[in-house]
Amino acid sequence: MKIAKKVDQLKPSGIRAFFDLVLNMKDVISLGVGEPDFVTPWGIREKAIYSIEQGYTSYTSNKGMAELRKAIVNFLYHRYGLNYHFDNETLITVGVSEGLDLAVRAILNPGDKVLIPEPCYVSYGPVVELAGGKPVFLKTDIKNEFKLSPKQIEKACTKGVKALMINYPCNPTGASYTKKELREIAKVVKKKNLIVISDEVYDELTYDFDHTPLSSFPGMKDYVIYLNGFSKGYAMTGFRLGWVCGPEKIIAGMTKIHQYTMLCAPIISQMAAVEALRSGLKDVQSMKKEYMRRRRFVVSRLNEIGLDCHMPQGAFYVFPSIKKTKQSSLNFAQDLLKKKKVALVPGVAFGPSVEGYIRISYASSFENLKEAMLRIEQYLAK
Amino acid sequence: MNEILEILEKDARVSPVEIAKLTGQSATSVKKAIKKYEKDGIIVKYKTVINKDLAKDVNSFVRALIEVSITPQKDVGFDYVAERIYSFPEVRSCYLMSGTYDLLLEIEGENIQTVSNFVASKLSPMPNVRVTVTHFLLKKYKEDGHVLKKSKRKQRLNISY
Repeated sequence: MKIAKKVDQLKPSGIRAFFDLVLNMKDVISLGVGEPDFVTPWGIREKAIYSIEQGYTSYTSNKGMAELRKAIVNFLYHRYGLNYHFDNETLITVGVSEGLDLAVRAILNPGDKVLIPEPCYVSYGPVVELAGGKPVFLKTDIKNEFKLSPKQIEKACTKGVKALMINYPCNPTGASYTKKELREIAKVVKKKNLIVISDEVYDELTYDFDHTPLSSFPGMKDYVIYLNGFSKGYAMTGFRLGWVCGPEKIIAGMTKIHQYTMLCAPIISQMAAVEALRSGLKDVQSMKKEYMRRRRFVVSRLNEIGLDCHMPQGAFYVFPSIKKTKQSSLNFAQDLLKKKKVALVPGVAFGPSVEGYIRISYASSFENLKEAMLRIEQYLAK
Repeated sequence: MNEILEILEKDARVSPVEIAKLTGQSATSVKKAIKKYEKDGIIVKYKTVINKDLAKDVNSFVRALIEVSITPQKDVGFDYVAERIYSFPEVRSCYLMSGTYDLLLEIEGENIQTVSNFVASKLSPMPNVRVTVTHFLLKKYKEDGHVLKKSKRKQRLNISY
């Protein structure tokens, strides 16, 4: 039996073996986790339990429960001044991952090119390829704090470039953009008539300035597919729930694919999400405060140890350089795991040309972070 | 609340140098601030939350909450009577309450007998104490924001994107 060429040609993750090694090892201190170490706030979990008790176990409308979509647009209006219509500009998805996939499938024709910053989240390239598009990677590095510049985007807009994927705050680098920087990016987007798939799932975890949705600039609503979800801010990864807001035509297209492939997001998660929007922001704020402190601690320790690390503005990752060790990121990660039982993700996981960096997640207890930093220090000292 | 206090309230063992890294201040200014909090009585004490039900070598003890209705004293209100009551070492906590009674006491003793003795021989006979209602604690589930049962929560995967 043969699998499809397109799937066969998807780059196998070179670090799969490393992941398996980590997953099977005991007593590891892990800084490799891409989800909050907080459990979902009790009020939200309680609502999910209640929903099951009340017999909410059916399908919902394809787009998601109207109550949830209304709660989302209402929330976006009050939080960011965004004006989306709950019925024809909003779709509930199974996590932002589904949203990303639907977005590229809804807009790409075979051969269309998509600009993707590198390093980036692991699925960006593959979903574009699966949708028949061609990823064009734009390199960012520690010198520019892993940010795309408007010039870089403009220069890359050659023939066939249809869209730009952007993720801020960014997994894996933690980089984010100020309002001013986004305004300049928005100008290029309009000038070059790009569709932007803007993955803002870490928006609540922005530390040094207020998060600004790209679609909040005048006129930008027509250019942006805005993706967000409940996983990171509300610590609801296992609920698998996200949403998309965007131009009516695109949402209609995405809904079409969604209805045939997913039908709808789980109703229990949707009920819990309504509760998250109603009462969860306080929990989000207290988690954010905790992350913020850990971020300062980890960056300060890494620089002390001698690993060059910029202060990321959001998410719960730092992305220090390990260039001075002269090791590849995969070797570094493997060796550190073997010798010191500290797990982290090698930078190369986030793009083939991303070498000399590691991703450290500080979604881990302070005790763990302290011990892990000590072990990395010892590892480097030998 | 101030960040230093917030951190220490959660874990009193975090060192000044670590607090400095967590908050982005210098270690010297953190040390100074802590000294001042201690001097001003804002930081009262550093202590450990212990689940005595699990600590086998700890002598058995009972705890009770006692509702106390008192007659306030002229000029000093409840404070004078409260002081006379909370000065007994048996009283672990003492709060002035709104509602149907005035003081809520938390008492600890080796057994029911010692607590009863305290109520009968010390508390009730006090001239301003009108009524007492004693409730013995049967089981502690959560104390000072800490759930005492060890969580069985399944660990996250060690590694994920």
